[in-house]
Amino acid sequence: SLLMSLSHPFPLQSDRLLIKGGRIVNDDQSFHADIYMEDGLIKQIGDNLIVPGGVKTIEANGKMVIPGGIDIHTHFQMPYRGTTTVDDFAQGSKAALAGGTTMIVDHVIPEPGSSLLEAYDQWRQWADEKTCCDYSLHVDVTHWDDSVKQELDNLIKEKGVNSFQVYMAYKDYYQMSNSELYEVFTFLAERGGIAQIHAENGEIIAKEQGRMLQMGITGPEGHVLSRPEELEAEAVFRAVTIASQTNCPLYVTRVMSKSAADIISQARKKGNVVFGEPITASLGTDGTHYWSKNWAKAASFVTSPPLSPDPTTPDYLNTLLASGDLSVTGSAHCTFSVAQKAIGKDDFTQIPEGVNGVEERMVLIWDKAVTTGKMDENMFVAVTSTNAAKILNLYPRKGRIAVGSDADLVIWDTDAVRTITAKTHNSAAEYNVFEGMELRGAPLVVICQGKIVLEDGNLHVTPGVGRFIPCSPFPDFAYKRIKARKQLAVLRAVPRGMYDGPVSEFSMSRGGTPSASARTSPTKQPVRNLHQSGFSLAGNDAPIRPPGRRIVVPPGGRSNITSLS
Amino acid sequence: MSGYQGKKNIPKITSDRLLIKGAKIVNDDQSFLADIYMEDGVIKQLGDNLIVPGGVKIIEAHGRMVMPGGIDVHTRFQMPDRGMVAADDFYQGTRAALAGGTTMIIDHVVPEPGVSLVTAFKQWREWADSKSCCDYSLHVDITEWNNSTQEEMETLVKDHGVNSFLVYLAYKDVFQLSDSQIYEVFSVVRDLGAIAQVHAENGDIVAEEQKRILELGIVGPEGHVLSRPEEVEAEAVNRSVTIANQTNCPLYITKVMSKSSADVIALARKKGAVVYGEPISASLGTDGTHYWSKNWAKAAAFVTSPPLSPDPTTPDYLNSLLSCGDLQVTGSAHCTFHTSQRAVGKDNFTMIPEGTNGTEERMPLVWDKCVVTGKMDENQFVAVTSTNAAKIFNLYPRKGRIAVGSDADLVLWDPDLTKIISAKSHNLAVEYNIFEGTEVHGGPLVVISQGKIVLEEGTLHTTEGCGRYISRKPFSDHVYKRIKARSRLTELRGVPRGQYDGPVCEVTVSPKVMSTVSSMKTSPAKQQQQQQQFTHQPVRNLHQSGFSLSGAQIDDNVPRRTTQRIVAPPGGKANITSLG
Repeated sequence: SLLMSLSHPFPLQSDRLLIKGGRIVNDDQSFHADIYMEDGLIKQIGDNLIVPGGVKTIEANGKMVIPGGIDIHTHFQMPYRGTTTVDDFAQGSKAALAGGTTMIVDHVIPEPGSSLLEAYDQWRQWADEKTCCDYSLHVDVTHWDDSVKQELDNLIKEKGVNSFQVYMAYKDYYQMSNSELYEVFTFLAERGGIAQIHAENGEIIAKEQGRMLQMGITGPEGHVLSRPEELEAEAVFRAVTIASQTNCPLYVTRVMSKSAADIISQARKKGNVVFGEPITASLGTDGTHYWSKNWAKAASFVTSPPLSPDPTTPDYLNTLLASGDLSVTGSAHCTFSVAQKAIGKDDFTQIPEGVNGVEERMVLIWDKAVTTGKMDENMFVAVTSTNAAKILNLYPRKGRIAVGSDADLVIWDTDAVRTITAKTHNSAAEYNVFEGMELRGAPLVVICQGKIVLEDGNLHVTPGVGRFIPCSPFPDFAYKRIKARKQLAVLRAVPRGMYDGPVSEFSMSRGGTPSASARTSPTKQPVRNLHQSGFSLAGNDAPIRPPGRRIVVPPGGRSNITSLS
Repeated sequence: MSGYQGKKNIPKITSDRLLIKGAKIVNDDQSFLADIYMEDGVIKQLGDNLIVPGGVKIIEAHGRMVMPGGIDVHTRFQMPDRGMVAADDFYQGTRAALAGGTTMIIDHVVPEPGVSLVTAFKQWREWADSKSCCDYSLHVDITEWNNSTQEEMETLVKDHGVNSFLVYLAYKDVFQLSDSQIYEVFSVVRDLGAIAQVHAENGDIVAEEQKRILELGIVGPEGHVLSRPEEVEAEAVNRSVTIANQTNCPLYITKVMSKSSADVIALARKKGAVVYGEPISASLGTDGTHYWSKNWAKAAAFVTSPPLSPDPTTPDYLNSLLSCGDLQVTGSAHCTFHTSQRAVGKDNFTMIPEGTNGTEERMPLVWDKCVVTGKMDENQFVAVTSTNAAKIFNLYPRKGRIAVGSDADLVLWDPDLTKIISAKSHNLAVEYNIFEGTEVHGGPLVVISQGKIVLEEGTLHTTEGCGRYISRKPFSDHVYKRIKARSRLTELRGVPRGQYDGPVCEVTVSPKVMSTVSSMKTSPAKQQQQQQQFTHQPVRNLHQSGFSLSGAQIDDNVPRRTTQRIVAPPGGKANITSLG
């Protein structure tokens, strides 16, 4: 089983824990109760619990106890042109825990052309060695062919991966064509996967980058100027369209702009199964800093899609998160040192991309969304933990305080006030994109795998204790609806007799013709199978069946084909 | 004048001098009572008690409406398709147009990929000049994009009076252009002062869906609409709006067929995009339920792309958006095929030649659906059937308005006329009419084209070949005033910073670069340019960058916000490496 017998490298702490007098906050309700944990699991919830002696007891004094956060998007220890991001799995997960996040989901990024499974194994090895909290993995699909299909199958069935990201940007590198997206989505929909997308129009970005450089704009402002938010919104729109065609659940990573968020809410209103993930940076700061005269500072904000220069963006995204139009939050934590960022000192397209945010995520949302009254503490739990657990099919093991759930908990202090600064953060990066922000709310105690990892401001983390948590396919949260729709979407042909009138001569050579789709589509000249098409000689003429995709074939006789009426 | 290509031997069926008495003149801005005197194909006088020469033919309007003749902005007469030719040629087509109150058409030149744009243009000119019964102009479709295309577009704009070019987002592997190519076409179109038109459908997805539908054994016309759902149309509209915004190029969506795509256009206009939407007779007058007809030939007659929406509330919705101004112009996309020609696709819907009729029905249909129902008044009717088209394509006020000096293309409109559309009585060569059985109220009583009566008492008096090619100048005011203002605003400047002088990480530049920033590998032109950036470590040109040693230190804490207009302030060398 997954709860492998990990040695207990931290004997300071008991395996048995009791939280007394807490107010338990789940995504659906809050209530007062004690929580008893043993062996990393929640064993009892209630008043006057009967617990063994010698149990370490934490007095919550009425403070909120929430499910530990799930950061659904990290890039720890990510390789980049022979270097690696400065926060490895140890440093990164430590920062996560310091911020109240007890599980992270990292992205495996195989080099285009190389094996997905090998990359997955590599990431597993890195993470198993160093991670201080539980983790799962998304796998990015950076190229597409038959061998990739087999590997995806394997990853879903054997390796505990249920979410795969494809890129609409990074032309000639990660970027997929519309046809490839269609195939990937079709493939995932059949196997119960979640299609994640990096949404930006890579074609137009490449053009705009060329234009910027030609104009002599080489600094970080060129990054955002060449990636206007319309290009993000356009790609989201396109992805939604393709997902809708293929009946595949869609997950948009890094929602950075108002326009992109609007497309997602619009699509949800139309009934699309789509989830949007704003990140710490887009919820907490904006893209005005790209114009900073301090190159290093400006470069530290470089990420894609970029932060929007519209300063009203964070407030807008927080509002949509509160209203449920956006579903989950990640950090997309991917940090580089100034020296690494300086690879692009003369050309913004060469600046390694990524911002910090794994430590700040929960605190920031609390400050921007809960203290401002946009959302209550239950919604806070939903967007920082529960929804992610549901999408990953980890619910209720993760994302909920309930008997049998993992003992990943946070005692939340709503009164704490602290100022974010690179001087005190747990990341190895020199810059913090939230530098100087004063935020209310913070974790007081963090419990991970039933052990206290943050108490009295001190972190007690152990690299390597983090377990890989496998995610199974067909998460109910997304697939109940997908399955129902699939049953409805059966298409049938209209039963007609063969057309028996005259047929014009035509040439298959290129003609100036807009109806040339003939040459695109497949080889198959389908032979009419009257049996399959529901054609029958009995029965009377049926009325026309108009709209909808559900065309039920009526029993129909041979219709009058050539008459003009 | 360059537009008038001297035509020889035009038989005189009617007098060159015409007077309409007692007319209610309807322009897009107002209606008023006056007489109209025409001579030599031009309106010479407007007013009461006009002094006119003797022997003038007089038409008594009796207070009926006289409006500018319709302009059908989208026709495909005589269009070649795989060795076949569309059933209505320029004669038959323009005759039908005139019968419906349309006195000018703009046809699409569709160059076969591999054939030069200018060659194709000349071919269409030849066909139209010899057969067209009314004035015409030509859009040119960009069916492929290579080095010479740009020059040919320039030639067409400067020497041949073309100011609109259509690109296809559909027809994969045939006409379809990639996003990058469209970006380039739009940039050229903008520089030339032309209008970018798009056929908006995502061809990649359509191809995938066609494959899927055929594999399901669906080969009939219903497969056509099933493989081209309206989301795919809306997606392409959205994408082209995005690219047009990036390139600051005016955009014109041909064939708006669905509510979704009309919504995208309306939304884009609200956001300020310079975009125009053209619903067609078919999308305003009927719907896509007929694809399920058990009569194959009838179902096939509706095949056009984007397809008619199976949602029967679509026509009403589009007519409403046309009335409120969210959609601006109407065309017919008239492109008709005989049943035997359609039957080329009898076993495979992807082979059915595409197109529907509508040039004759356009004006009565819009009148019936919009004016009779009170959605729009007669002035807005003139706007969407004639004036807006003339403005967008830079024909105004020569066309699209009743004014002294304008062309004498007029329609005496009878709102009480009632007609049932039928293939039995239409002026087309084809066996089916997609509006068969529709009763429409309102129609032309008298049609005057080039100052001559071509329809009177239900009889057509058309003359093959009398239609003139009307050339159109670029930089139409209606479109380009805003574009020009915006291009002045979008000047971009870099932030003046000193050179970064801190440590720089070593990177391996192996052939397999593990990089998320790979755009350098894209276009050849850019690659060169980027290589330059690498090879010569760019020497900072202090003069150009606005760098100056005098002047105050600019505060780093005041970032330049929002708009794209970044004015570089005179700044000293910024503190590059400090962490503060």
